[in-house]
Amino acid sequence: MGAKWYLGTGVQNDVIISTSIHLVRNLREFPFPHMLSLQDKLKVNAIIKEASDSLEDYSFNYLEMKTLSQYEVVSLAERHLVSPEFASSRDGRALLITDDESVSVMLNEDDHIRFQVMYAAFSLDEAYKTANKIDNALSSKLNFAFDERIGYLTQDPTIIGTGMKASVSLHLPGLVSLMQIPKLISTVQKLGLTLRGSYGEGASAKGDMFQLSNSITLGISEKAAIENLKSIALQIAAQERAAREELLKLTVTEDKIFRAYGVLKYARLIDTDELMDLLSLVRLGAVKGLINIDTAKIEGMMINLQPATISLSVDRPLDRNGRDALRAQRVREMLG
Amino acid sequence: MLCQNCKKNEANMHMKRIINGSATEVHLCTDCARSLGYGDAFSLGFSDLFSDLLGRSEKSLNGERALRCSLCGKSFNDIVESGRVGCAECYVTFYDKLLPTLRKIHGKTTHQGKIPTDFTENKSNSVRDIDELKKALKEAIEKEEFELAATLRDEINALSGGAF
Repeated sequence: MGAKWYLGTGVQNDVIISTSIHLVRNLREFPFPHMLSLQDKLKVNAIIKEASDSLEDYSFNYLEMKTLSQYEVVSLAERHLVSPEFASSRDGRALLITDDESVSVMLNEDDHIRFQVMYAAFSLDEAYKTANKIDNALSSKLNFAFDERIGYLTQDPTIIGTGMKASVSLHLPGLVSLMQIPKLISTVQKLGLTLRGSYGEGASAKGDMFQLSNSITLGISEKAAIENLKSIALQIAAQERAAREELLKLTVTEDKIFRAYGVLKYARLIDTDELMDLLSLVRLGAVKGLINIDTAKIEGMMINLQPATISLSVDRPLDRNGRDALRAQRVREMLG
Repeated sequence: MLCQNCKKNEANMHMKRIINGSATEVHLCTDCARSLGYGDAFSLGFSDLFSDLLGRSEKSLNGERALRCSLCGKSFNDIVESGRVGCAECYVTFYDKLLPTLRKIHGKTTHQGKIPTDFTENKSNSVRDIDELKKALKEAIEKEEFELAATLRDEINALSGGAF
């Protein structure tokens, strides 16, 4: 496996870690997945796979979920390549994925096709351009369910219309410390956006990582939804920077950052929650120039040291203690 | 015990979450729990919500003869009960009944975004046609113009693949 998408860096990277565009599409001829027999689901997979094989600029690996182990499936969810919902049931489901994992296509989740394009840093326009290109290419081979009054038809009515969710992943340790998140969640809601934790379900955000995405898809164009998201993301980033300035005036913040770095460098057991908390502090220190470490390395650790993913990296089964020990070892290696 | 978040009010919501085998405990006051989204843990899933949204508009429709979707066979009642739309054709068949729900979710009901490049050319435009033909068919039946109705029915069958 070569370089992954998250190893890139770019503009606004101190706060905005990555960008993704999700598009939901269905084949007109088939009922939505929950109404399909296993046989029909496999037929849908085969039709979409054939269409994807003929795309000139992208080459996908095709994975039948049923052929993967539980660890492999959960690891895909940990790396945000499939949804937790997709990982929960495997029959009749398949995944198309590029080598760099920047494009992944879930087949037969709630809808026939849910694909996502991921970019490092703040790259909404580029990500949409790529997603749109893939959508057009697939659309020329497949008959997508579309109604000119209400747009792309989806099983989930919350995404009908454009069928598009644009998201940016934000690192907000400053706003978390200043207890601004609950207020922010309700503010962005009024603006047609959703803010939620990237790791873990619900609002408990590990590593101070959040996803900001559009929640309205009908009656708004892709471009308008993206522009809206862009402007709110930039405003949140500015607020986050101001919060960091305030926090870093306190010696206690600097102390916390270096303590976190110390623990990561020397600890022998680290569980996932602790890892996320410590990496969040170290990332803050890194973008402020206190600690010399590439932020892409930190993103890599957040993704690759989750429980199922770290278990997969060795050929033997690991218990909790074994995972925590291996995680601590990997972190020490990464930090040199 | 004081709320972990505001550290002012008494914590009266105590939650234990088990994620990947590790348990975390959270103690919050009602206000913080709500603003932090923990209320979600107790609310219904989306299907129930959707079903509920639909259910309210369904009440006035009781007694009406059940219309079924020509592709997946779901009636509107089935959609309300399961909280799930069966297929793309359901949106056409139950367009008027689903519209209030879409308005509740999105605030608007007219698509503004991308149109598939080949949509206006040929293969996908049958939905609009079928919809208009169905309207014409209903009118023809009401006016007892059965010859016209039969022609319209044949046209609809030809476009929809014969399930009407």
